Amino acid sequence: MRPILLSGHERALTQVKYNRDGDLIFSTAKDQHICGWFAHNGERLGTYHGHQGAIWTVDVDPTSTLLASGSADNTIRLWDVKTGKCLKTWDFPTAVKRVEFNEDGTKLLGVTEKRMGHLGTIVVLDIKVDVEAEQSDEKSLTIVCDESKATVAGWSYLSKYIIAGHEDGSISQYDAKTGDLLYNFPIHELNNPVVDLQWSQDRTYFITASKDKTAKLISAKDLEVLKTYTADTPLNSAAMTYKKDFVILGGGQAAMDVTTTSARQGKFEARFYHKIFEDEIGRVRGHFGPLNTVATDPTGKGYCSGGEDGYVRVHQFDKGYFDFMYEVERERQNRVA
Amino acid sequence: MAPSFDHLREEDLDEEDFDVDEVDISDLREKYEVQLEQGYDTFVVIDGLPEVTEEQKPKLVKFLLKKLNTVGKTREDLIFMPMGEDGKSLRFAFVEYSSAAEAAAAVRQLDLVALDKKHTLRVNKMTDVDRYGREGRIDDEYTPPKIEPFQEKEHLRSFLADPSGRGRDQFVQYKGETVGVYWNNEKDQPDAVVERQHWTEAFVQWSPLGTYLTSVHAQGVQLWGGPSWSRQRRFPHPFVNLVAFSPDEKYIVTWSNRPISIPDEGHPALSLDDDGKNYVIWDIETSKPIRSFAQLDTPAAVDEHGVKKPQKFPWPAFKWSADSKYVARLNQGSSISVYELPRMNLLDKTAIKIEGVMDFDWAPSTPQRDGVKTYEQLFCFWTPEIGSNPAKVGLMSIPSKQIVRTLNLFSVSDAKLHWQSDAAYLCVKVDRHSKSKKSQATTLEIFRVKEKGVPVEVVDTIKDTVINFAWEPKGDRFVIITTTEPVAATAVPPKTSVSFFCPEKAKGNTVGNFKHLRTLEKKNSNAIFWSPKGRFVVIATIHNQQSSDLDFFDLDFEGEKPESDKDLTANLQLMNTADHYGVTDVEWDPSGRFVASWASSWKQQMENGYHLYDFKGEQLREEPVEKLKQLLWRPRPPTLLTKEEQKTIRKNLREYSRVFEQEDAERINSADVAVVEHRRRVLEEWYAWRAVTEEELAEEREDLGLPADPVADLLKAKTAALSLDEEEKVIEEIMEEVLEETEEIVN
Repeated sequence: MRPILLSGHERALTQVKYNRDGDLIFSTAKDQHICGWFAHNGERLGTYHGHQGAIWTVDVDPTSTLLASGSADNTIRLWDVKTGKCLKTWDFPTAVKRVEFNEDGTKLLGVTEKRMGHLGTIVVLDIKVDVEAEQSDEKSLTIVCDESKATVAGWSYLSKYIIAGHEDGSISQYDAKTGDLLYNFPIHELNNPVVDLQWSQDRTYFITASKDKTAKLISAKDLEVLKTYTADTPLNSAAMTYKKDFVILGGGQAAMDVTTTSARQGKFEARFYHKIFEDEIGRVRGHFGPLNTVATDPTGKGYCSGGEDGYVRVHQFDKGYFDFMYEVERERQNRVA
Repeated sequence: MAPSFDHLREEDLDEEDFDVDEVDISDLREKYEVQLEQGYDTFVVIDGLPEVTEEQKPKLVKFLLKKLNTVGKTREDLIFMPMGEDGKSLRFAFVEYSSAAEAAAAVRQLDLVALDKKHTLRVNKMTDVDRYGREGRIDDEYTPPKIEPFQEKEHLRSFLADPSGRGRDQFVQYKGETVGVYWNNEKDQPDAVVERQHWTEAFVQWSPLGTYLTSVHAQGVQLWGGPSWSRQRRFPHPFVNLVAFSPDEKYIVTWSNRPISIPDEGHPALSLDDDGKNYVIWDIETSKPIRSFAQLDTPAAVDEHGVKKPQKFPWPAFKWSADSKYVARLNQGSSISVYELPRMNLLDKTAIKIEGVMDFDWAPSTPQRDGVKTYEQLFCFWTPEIGSNPAKVGLMSIPSKQIVRTLNLFSVSDAKLHWQSDAAYLCVKVDRHSKSKKSQATTLEIFRVKEKGVPVEVVDTIKDTVINFAWEPKGDRFVIITTTEPVAATAVPPKTSVSFFCPEKAKGNTVGNFKHLRTLEKKNSNAIFWSPKGRFVVIATIHNQQSSDLDFFDLDFEGEKPESDKDLTANLQLMNTADHYGVTDVEWDPSGRFVASWASSWKQQMENGYHLYDFKGEQLREEPVEKLKQLLWRPRPPTLLTKEEQKTIRKNLREYSRVFEQEDAERINSADVAVVEHRRRVLEEWYAWRAVTEEELAEEREDLGLPADPVADLLKAKTAALSLDEEEKVIEEIMEEVLEETEEIVN
């Protein structure tokens, strides 16, 4: 499993994302441009220029037509994936920390930062999945987080709920139509922010990563914690693999906490856990800074990780990975087959 | 001193709410009226004086005056000693001091002071004598004290009976604000016995036999134990810093850097006598203080730049003899005070004067010297060179105070005393300097305490400075760590060497001369941890940023012995080397089966947690523990089996181990089965949950009239749009595959 090293960024990565077909990877970093890559060989498809600040987040619609990005220049921008043209810019009073399309790409949510007298909000924009169409200026919904600011958010199945992770370690469920807060549960340790939230394929459950060194698998419907994965380092990102029941956690000591004495100190490894049994299965080394973001190929063939060190490493899984199975899993497979 | 009004206990005072004006307190007023104008506050009454005639009286007064003037000011004519009708004194005297404070000081300091061998002074305030001794104040009838009905107490040694029947050991772990006690489960997660938040404020400590767990708070010390981990004892020493137990767990010493100050309203356990004291010695059985001591003023040390170093307080300040019959404190440079338990009186009422004494240490077990039948405890001490007198190391027998052996030494810069655990040997590590004081060397002077006349053997083959020394417990081998440079505060500590010593083979029951066995050079090691049962030793590098090795050695290796060692009583073998980054502490469990090494967040912040090894150095467990502060094995009391019984066990070890091995195998098997069973269940649960969720989702979609896959149609639409735009293309891809490759060399 020799990784492909994507060295297109000059600063720390903030998010990497596969498109639905798993053939493209989009990456954002603090260096003000978005890169698109071919997943199978690491060739660069192109870059998207326009943002004037660190870019925190990126997402692509399910048909790989439109790309949305959120940045510290207080804007959300919409891009044509194919041409790299900026189609639309929405302005906000503060930085945008997270964007996500819903399951059919008709809605886009954005999480804005709490700063300068502005409370953190989650905004919803209606999108026409067409590069020619005129996009609406108006937000169709604004949710204000007056308790603790939202750090991450996402759309559940049927775009029924908006799930948000907060700075205080809690998870909220909002009605996606009205914006009403339905539930708010303290799920991670108090005041350990939830830093990542990624969905299962059908968006009925999701995985969160937190600075409290745990990642949790949570049901979208009732916010029930299904599984907990405990690591020995603060986490920055967590993703589920498709086709196989694993989760990948990324993290590592924050740069300011790392001392220079020992190379093995940082714990800059991607950790694989079994999704159902919660056991740690293996680690993949390579980065020489904390892993800021991990993403998995929706077709289940590989994963990529972006680090504080400015590199994206794309891994294709090998045969051993696909063959690996717990005895009880094999048992079940044989029974079902 | 008799209790006085000043320290009436808090609980004696009625605290109920009532209207003060309504209560008739005239009787109390009469009882406690203090008539200040009488001025009796400056008077004290001294009892316990010898009987003297009129002629002897001035002599006694003069003698007494010397003592009295140590705490305040008084004059000969202010001492009134009434004479009886027979012309002899009534053995008491009234003394007037110049102020009430001085009188109080006299009561505090002179009471129970020996005047000579036969007479002990009793000093009381005049007003107290009046208050308590006045007629009618003492009930003439004897009323027997009320005896509380017997209450069953918890079994404090229940921890020795492992519920799983495996003889596991417990350890306490203090992390963050949580203290927990656990059963060691070797490779598996330890089983929690008890876990409590905020159980202690400073640290935890086991009592030496493992009966109690000590927690330390600003208000004092608490002991916990028994199956329910209830509070067993409390010792309210405010702002206590350190705690030490006597070896038999009968007494406890508490120390606070802040002198005790008794508030006006009194203290629940301590009395006014304890005011200003730093050390308190308590009886654990009754939770009562026996005696308190103030800090000794050690002469402030001054370094070569003339800067005063902060005063150091040696700990333990009070050292216990092996059987806890005596406790002694060093008064550096002048004397050693030995106190007898349980009364805590000074042995023979006087401290043992030893000029220049620097350090002392009790024999860790009751010594058995050849030809000595009477009971004795030994301690050793050393004095530096004073003038033209050589430095001395001495062995003193208590209670006879006889010096059993002394050894004169020259050019000594420092000495350290190391007893072997059975008190069979005493090794004095002597750091010597050359005449120019430029180079240092170390010799080991080994006293063979059990042999007739206590012969001393000298090991002087060591060229370097010895920085660490440790005897094999219950054995006669030792390990030293040496370094070429003197230890200074450098960023990178110098390389060290580890040397092993053992006795030569000797005929009969004797122990041969100590010989050098092996030296391992260019190490970083700085600490020696022997197994409590001997034979195995861990040489570790702790508190080191660069390296953190743990070397596990066997000194009775059963394999082939090198020819060069054939006359020696050891066969050294390195069994394993482990690495534990950032390790700060290492401790063997009391059975000698396991070694725990841990990185405490008190000492460094990185990778706090512990490793568990077996005695061979094979790692069993590794657990990172956030903010781990302490990890301490629970000690065990000595075995109750006789020597014969232990021998029988050793003889039948094979039988026992077969049974145990079978049990282990079964347990592991059943554990494996349990794990598989658990996984199977978890897997089923997961798929069941998925099935339900998927079904619900499908239903919901249908109800909303949405397609089963939200994206499929979109993708189809997009593909359709694309193919409208462009002509259909045929993409041909040529794959080449090398099936075989052969190389032929054509001549």
